Amino acid sequence: MKSINSPQELQKIREEIVGRRNPEKPCIAITSGTSARAYGSEKVIETLRAELEKQGLTEKIDIRVTGGQGFDEREPLVIIYPQDILYQRVKPEDIAEIISETLLRNKIIDRLLYTDPKTGEKIVHKNNIPFYKMQTPLIFGNNSNIDPTSIEDYLAIGGYSSLAKVLTEFTPEQVIDIIKKSGLRGRGGGGFPTGIKWESCRAAHGDKHYVICNADEGDPGAYMDRGLLEGNPHSILEGMMIGAYAIGSDEGYVYVRHEYPLASENVELSIEQLRECGLLGEGILGTGLNFDIKVSGGGGAFVCGESTALMASLEGKAGEPRAKHIHTVESGLWDKPTDLNNVETWANVPLIINKGADWYRDIGTEKSKGTKIFSLVGKVNNTGLVEVPMGMTINDIVYEIGGGVPNGRELKAVQTGGPSGGAIPASLMDIPVDYDKLKEVGSMMGSGGMIVMDDKTCMVDIARYFMNFLKDESCGKCTTCREGTRRMYEVLDAITQGEGKEGDIELLEELSWIVAEGSLCALGQTAPNPVLSTIRYFRDEYEAHIKGKHCPAGVCKALITYSIDEEACTGCGACKKACPVEAIMGEKKELHKIDPDKCIRCGACIAVCNFDAVKVV
Amino acid sequence: MIKFTIDGMEVEAEEGQNVLQVALDNGFDIPHLCYHEALEPYGACRLCQVEITRGNKTRLTTSCNYPVLEGISVQTGTEKVIKARKMVIELLLARSPNVPIIKELAEEYSVGAPRFTLGDDDCILCGMCERVCREIVGVEAISFLGRGSNRKVGPPLEINPQTCIACGACVYICPTDCIKVEENENERTIVRWGRTLPMKRCKVCGRSFAPWFQLDYFGKITEGIPKGFWDKCPDCR
Ligand SMILES: Cc1cc2nc3c(=O)[nH]c(=O)nc-3n(C[C@H](O)[C@H](O)[C@H](O)COP(=O)(O)O)c2cc1C
Ligand code: SF4
Ligand code: SF4
Ligand code: FES
Repeated sequence: MKSINSPQELQKIREEIVGRRNPEKPCIAITSGTSARAYGSEKVIETLRAELEKQGLTEKIDIRVTGGQGFDEREPLVIIYPQDILYQRVKPEDIAEIISETLLRNKIIDRLLYTDPKTGEKIVHKNNIPFYKMQTPLIFGNNSNIDPTSIEDYLAIGGYSSLAKVLTEFTPEQVIDIIKKSGLRGRGGGGFPTGIKWESCRAAHGDKHYVICNADEGDPGAYMDRGLLEGNPHSILEGMMIGAYAIGSDEGYVYVRHEYPLASENVELSIEQLRECGLLGEGILGTGLNFDIKVSGGGGAFVCGESTALMASLEGKAGEPRAKHIHTVESGLWDKPTDLNNVETWANVPLIINKGADWYRDIGTEKSKGTKIFSLVGKVNNTGLVEVPMGMTINDIVYEIGGGVPNGRELKAVQTGGPSGGAIPASLMDIPVDYDKLKEVGSMMGSGGMIVMDDKTCMVDIARYFMNFLKDESCGKCTTCREGTRRMYEVLDAITQGEGKEGDIELLEELSWIVAEGSLCALGQTAPNPVLSTIRYFRDEYEAHIKGKHCPAGVCKALITYSIDEEACTGCGACKKACPVEAIMGEKKELHKIDPDKCIRCGACIAVCNFDAVKVV
Repeated sequence: MIKFTIDGMEVEAEEGQNVLQVALDNGFDIPHLCYHEALEPYGACRLCQVEITRGNKTRLTTSCNYPVLEGISVQTGTEKVIKARKMVIELLLARSPNVPIIKELAEEYSVGAPRFTLGDDDCILCGMCERVCREIVGVEAISFLGRGSNRKVGPPLEINPQTCIACGACVYICPTDCIKVEENENERTIVRWGRTLPMKRCKVCGRSFAPWFQLDYFGKITEGIPKGFWDKCPDCR
C-alpha cells in the first residue's frame, strides 16, 4: 500500500477501495482461525481455490478467509454472500457441491445447514441461528467482514477513521474525557475504568510513556482475545494508537502468549502494513503523532498476564509480580509511566470514538457499559465466543444463545471469571451479568470465561480441579499463595478421596482468608473464590462427602459404588464383556452382579448398558 | 522528611524508605524472614504483615515493600495482624518443621502442630540468597526455578553454577541456615549448590585463604588496586 500522509488521503484511499468492490459479487467466506484450523479449514480453503480455478471461476467469485466467528462448535463455517447462507462443519468433499449447487444454481444444500436442536428446524441464514440472533456483536462482529491479513479490508469497513477523527478533532484531554464518559472498564479482569487509567498515566511525570496490550490470555478455556487478534488485529492496533495519542506515548507493545502463533503472525503482519503506509512511525497522518508498536512473546505462565509480572517479563526478567503500592501508570515498564490494557479493552476504543460516548453509554448496565465477549464452554450445546450487552442474564446466555444443557440434563452451576472465579448456582441464573453483580454473588467477570456445569458435576471436585490449576500456576513467591493453595488442594483432595474430616470446611475457610488477604498479587488474592463460592452455595455437598462419605453427583470414585438394577437388567452380558477387571459376574439372560471390591469405578459398564441398568450411588 | 504514625507513635522517615525498616529502627517488633536492609525488599515470606490506613482505607499488607507515605497510620499488633502472622507461621512450619528460626517463631506466637502433612524442606524460598548474589556480589549464580509448589532456588542446571565464586554471601544471609559450606586446605564447597573451587595460598604466609576463581573475579571488578594485592591473604596485605 502506498503511503498515507493525511486524513484526506486516508479517506480517498478508502473510497477507492470501496469503489473497486461490488457488494453484489458472490463471495465465499471461510473461517480459518485456530479452532477452524483444528477442524481442517486449511484443507477446505485449498480445495475451494483449486475448484474455482478448475471451473474458471476465480474472477467471478471472491474468497474471503476470515478469523473465527465465534461458533466454534460448528467450525469450519462457510458463509455465502450476498445471500448470507451459512454452512457448518464443511469438509473438502463438500466444496464442489457448494460451488455447483449453491453458487451457480442458487440451491441450498440441506445437509450442511445448521439444525436447531430445540425445534429440529434447519436454518439457512447466519443471523437466524439462535446462537447469533441474540448477540450484539459490536466488537467481534467485524471478524466476519474482513480478511485479517488485508489492511484494505479493514480500511473498507471504516478502519482508522477513528484515529483520523481523534487526530483532527480532539485534544488528548478530550479523548480521555470521551473514554471516561463512555464508562468503558477494563476487560482483562479487574474492570478498572479505562479513561481514569489513561488520565493518571498521562499525568504521570516521565520523559517516556508506554502503552501495552495484554494478550497473554492464560485463562484456560478463554480465547476471546485470541479470536480478536486473529480475526481483527487492526482494530486493536487502532485502539492502541488512539490511546498513545491520548496518553502521550511513542512506544507500544503487544504481549502475546507463546501458544498463539497465528495471533502473533497476524498482528506482526498488520504492524508491517502500518509501517509501510506510514500509519506507524513518525508524524502519523501528517500530524505530530509518533508511535510504533512491537510484538513480544509471553512467558508461558498464567501469572505472566498479571500487570507487573507482564512488565517484568517484557524487561527480560522472570515473570513474577511485584507489589503495586506505586502504580504501574506511574512506574511501570522500565520504571516509566505505563498504561496496560487488555485486547478487548483496546478493541472497544475505536468504536467509542466512532459512535460517541453517549451512544456507548446506552448499552449495558448502570456501572458496566458496552458489550462483553464470553467464551461459553462446558456442558452447553453451542460452545463458542459470544458477545452480549452487559447485563444480559446468565439464563439468556446459556439457554438462548448456548441452546441449553446437552442430553436433557439439568444445569447445576456456571463458573465465571476463569479458574479464580466462582461457581454461581442454578438458582441465580437470572442475575444480570456485569462486574458488580458477579462480584456480589462471589464470582467475578475475569476475562470472560463461562463454564456451564450440569447435575453430573461434583462441586467439591470442581473446587479441587481449579485449586490444582492455581497451585501449579502460582508463581510461588508468596508463602501464603504458594503454601496456601497447595494446602487447600490437599484438603479438597482428601475430601474427594473420602478422607475428609470434621472441621475441614472451616480449615478451608481459614486458608482462604490468609491466601486472599496475605498474598501479593491478584492471583493469590482471588484464588480462594472457587472454594468459597462452592462452600457458599453447595455446602451440603461438602458435608455429604465429609460426614456421609458420599458423593451426591456420583463423581468422586472413592465415594461411589456401582450396582446393577435387578428390574432393568436383561442379562445381555454387555457389561461383563466391557469390564476391564472382571468385576461383573452373571450367566447369560440372568441377572448380573458387580463385585464392589474388584470394581475400579471406571464407568465402562454404564457406557455399554443399553437398558440403563447400571446405577451409581 | 515524611511523618506518619506506628501504633499511634509519630515517626519520621526519609523518602524512599520502607515501613518495616522505620518500624525496626524505632524499636517495633515485626517478624520478618525475607528482608535485609542491604537488599531490595522482595515481599515473599508474607510475615511482616501490618495494617496500614491510607486515606480512609485500611488494609492488611506487608511492611517491607510498603513505601513510607505522609500521614499513613501503621498498626503492628491488631487482631487481624496476629491472625495473619500465625497462619503464615503455621504454613512455614508445615513446610520446614526442622528449622530453628521457624520453630522459635511458632513458640513465640503459640502456633501448635500444623494441621497439614509435614514437609522436610529447610529452604523457605525467601530469596535472600538469590538477591545477595545478584545485587551485592553481582554474579547471579543462582535463581528461582519452577513455579507454584515446584519452586526452588538453585543454579541454572540445578548443580555447580559456573559463575559462583564461592564467596559464601548466601551462606551468611540464609535465615534458615540451609546453605552449608565445607572447606579444607585445598578446596571450598558450597554444598547446596554443588560448587567446589580450589583454594589459593597466600604468597607471604602460605595459608590457603580464598578460591582462585573468586580472587580472579575480584581482580576483574576492582580497579586501581596494586598488582599482587590478591596474592596475599587479608592478614598479610
Ligand atoms: C494471575 C493473573 C493473570 C492475568 N491474566 C491476564 C490476561 O491474560 N489478560 C489480561 O488482559 N489481563 C490479565 N490479568 C489482569 C491484568 O493484571 C490487568 O489488570 C489487565 O491487563 C489490565 O487491563 P484492563 O484494564 O484493560 O482490564 C491477569 C491478572 C492476574 C492477577
Ligand atoms: S500471590 Fe501468588 S502468584 Fe501472586 S506474587 Fe504471590 S505467589 Fe506469586
Ligand atoms: S536457601 Fe536460604 S536464603 Fe536461599 S531462599 Fe532458601 S531459605 Fe532463603
Ligand atoms: S519480610 Fe516482608 S514479606 Fe518477608
